[in-house]
Amino acid sequence: MIIRFLQQTGRAAFDFLASLGRIAFFTASAIRWTITPPYYGRQLLRQVIDIGYYSLPVVGLTTLFSGMVLALQSYTGFARFSAEDTVATVVVLSVTRELGPVLAGLMVAGRIGASMAAEIGTMRVTDQIDALDTLSTRPMQYLVAPRLLAGTICLPFLVLIGDIIGVFGGYIVGVYRLGFNASLYLSRTLEFLEVSDVMLGLIKASVFGFLIALMGCYHGYHSGRGAEGVGLATTNAVVSSSIFILIANYLVTALFFGV
Amino acid sequence: MSANPKIKIQNLAKSFAGKPVLKDINLEVNEQESLVIIGTSGCGKSVTLKCLLGLIQPDSGSILINGVETVGQSRANREQMLNDFGMTFQFGALFDSLPIWENITFRLRQNTKMNKQKARDIAADIVGQLGLRAHVIDQYPAELSGGMQKRVALARAIADKPQILLFDEPTSGLDPITGGVIDNLITDSVKRLGATAVTISHDMASVRRIADKVAMIDKGHVIWSGPVSEMDKTGIAEVDQFVHGKPDGPLTRAINQDALDAS
Repeated sequence: MIIRFLQQTGRAAFDFLASLGRIAFFTASAIRWTITPPYYGRQLLRQVIDIGYYSLPVVGLTTLFSGMVLALQSYTGFARFSAEDTVATVVVLSVTRELGPVLAGLMVAGRIGASMAAEIGTMRVTDQIDALDTLSTRPMQYLVAPRLLAGTICLPFLVLIGDIIGVFGGYIVGVYRLGFNASLYLSRTLEFLEVSDVMLGLIKASVFGFLIALMGCYHGYHSGRGAEGVGLATTNAVVSSSIFILIANYLVTALFFGV
Repeated sequence: MSANPKIKIQNLAKSFAGKPVLKDINLEVNEQESLVIIGTSGCGKSVTLKCLLGLIQPDSGSILINGVETVGQSRANREQMLNDFGMTFQFGALFDSLPIWENITFRLRQNTKMNKQKARDIAADIVGQLGLRAHVIDQYPAELSGGMQKRVALARAIADKPQILLFDEPTSGLDPITGGVIDNLITDSVKRLGATAVTISHDMASVRRIADKVAMIDKGHVIWSGPVSEMDKTGIAEVDQFVHGKPDGPLTRAINQDALDAS
């Protein structure tokens, strides 16, 4: 009984380490082929449109309502010690430094991470990746590199737009529901906001975009056979990219803490 | 045996998770010859083909193409070698996200940076040779029937006139008439290009139409190879059972034993 438990624990730990090793190897290979010519401009453009443009509605809606809720919740809390006038500052700092990048990252992980894993996984199980190889085209360069690049480039733009929409959501609630003076709310929003707050959010977004694309491509590329294999790859891509986003969020925040 | 075969496979072995799939494969294909590899499902035919293309690295053995060793070669050399190959996969493996003309001219455009109009003209010309209407080139793979997809896959394989053509079960899933048409197109294309062909097939009618030579793989070994005309009189029970599709025989006993072992 104890030996079996130890065996299972050991096997799980070994599998986990092996997975990390495979991911590290895949990451190194993906980065290498991303910076090595030839570059597939059309593939990159397609991914930029898919990630950057088609994710706008979902990111916009998420940050809008998060900004609105944040204004209501922070008002409830700050009213207890008569600090209601800090609501605008709390909303803008929370959205730009934290909520914007994390929520956008998680939403894009669900939308794009799943889609990348499903598309590449289907290509794997239908031999399209082998076909690419036989047509003298490196799948890492043709499939993975454009997605990694597009994810890394697009997420900061998405988050910047999401930040503006989220702050606007807080403004709507602050002015029309909580009765703040509009110009006072705006001046409070900008008064304590620094460029470094926005930049931190954008750096996080870039890291999250890279992680989402990496996990989508990795799980799709190593998809098992059949519909079940592709389904599992899709689930794993979303779960692992979400977990990596939360871990990276802490690491980047800690790295720039005090900045 | 020819002194300088186009393809020479020697003592090829490959295992997956400790289970040997190929044990000792030896095959030769001469220039402009059409070899068809037959054998039961899971006997290692596709693995042999993938080793030939370098998609799978064998555990041991040698594969010579035009007398040059390809096992363990560098990626750059392999890419150079692959330019001499055209391959059709069992289910077509056409790129879903690209229209037919881009599928067909994929490698041509990668290698030569050919302009769009010229690529479309070439694609239209090739689909015409394969009995498809020119407007097909603007459609996507999902819009085509299985038979049409097989033709497009053949078009992609022959588009840049390779020296060696590989076909993985080219008639699987097709009705006998469409299968016969595909066989004729394969035979015509191979002859027109003066290419060497290696085909995997379970379809014995197809084998008789396209093969000059047949090799049968069983339990990781080539148990017989010879001219297609001698396929019916090998005197080997396994070959006889497979060629004539007999439900009882040594292959059935082996398949049943494998099923028992697996369960």
